[in-house]
Amino acid sequence: MAKLALAATSGKSCKVLLGLRLLAFSATLSAAIVMGLNKETETFVVGKVGNTPIKATFTAKFDHTPAFVFFVVANAMVSFHNFLMIALQIFGGKMEFTGFRLLSVAILDMLNVTLVSAAANAAAFMAEVGKNGNKHARWDKICDRFATYCDHGAGALIAAFAGVILMLIISAASISRLVQPNKSCSTTASPSVVP
Amino acid sequence: MVKLTQRLGGLVLRFAAFCAALGAVIAMITSRERSSFFVISLVAKYSDLAAFKYFVIANAIVTVYSFLVLFLPKESLLWKFVVVLDLMVTMLLTSSLSAAVAVAQVGKRGNANAGWLPICGQVPRFCDQITGALIAGLVALVLYVFLLIFSIHHVVDPFLLRKS
Repeated sequence: MAKLALAATSGKSCKVLLGLRLLAFSATLSAAIVMGLNKETETFVVGKVGNTPIKATFTAKFDHTPAFVFFVVANAMVSFHNFLMIALQIFGGKMEFTGFRLLSVAILDMLNVTLVSAAANAAAFMAEVGKNGNKHARWDKICDRFATYCDHGAGALIAAFAGVILMLIISAASISRLVQPNKSCSTTASPSVVP
Repeated sequence: MVKLTQRLGGLVLRFAAFCAALGAVIAMITSRERSSFFVISLVAKYSDLAAFKYFVIANAIVTVYSFLVLFLPKESLLWKFVVVLDLMVTMLLTSSLSAAVAVAQVGKRGNANAGWLPICGQVPRFCDQITGALIAGLVALVLYVFLLIFSIHHVVDPFLLRKS
């Protein structure tokens, strides 16, 4: 009876964790894709020769800014990590070294939560400089000319921050799972060792 | 004997992280340089940029937190909270460091596509001090990653080494 109750609670929390991982995977993947495809081209008048205006075309792309490149790469890596963890949970089955598996999942989750928080924050502060400019350093803002670029970037940032919060919850759950070393989260039920 | 060296190692790491974070805060706060060309004189201070302000605040929080945890007794039940708080503090450190590095990189190299000129040519001493503060922040981050693994080992026993 106690074993049945243990299996029931283990199943429900496992499903919640799987759902959270799916959400985090989709959030970070969409952030990477939206920022990766962020590009806008605009034509401006830069001067006049006599009566004819001279136009120049400027492009705003994500890879002009190293912080955004880091953002795309880090979000892609974190979504890949979540994808691996989902696959492990569904297809893992009875694997050896359950203790080592729990520890490696917890450590990988921790590393990835720091990675995605670093990427989201770097991109957020660079976007703030781009949106408001900085009069001390004489940097002009670019969002008044490239409005669509800034909007897409803001959407990607919101998705990344949602991914950060989700990854934090997932990481806390993985660490708390270390406390009970006999619970393993696979759908093909592994026999739990009764202490 | 093993437990004593473990606890001593944890204390040494945390004290080193406290010193590194404190150094980062002090280095960034005292960076201030006046430069003048022709009749215009500018003052470059850390509070001009929002990312540097966030860096100072985050590292100040880490300094205070490390100082408080240094005095936590060994058998206290709060060590389980220390694991979670260590994770959040590591997140804080890494996010503040990456934001400050991203903005400092624009200050050093400029951004040709956006028309932003680098400012390090006019205020070199300011830039050097900011670089020093960022390096101290990186040291604090690395120490805290070790401390995170350390405090997890203190609270749980992932390799099932202890016989209960």
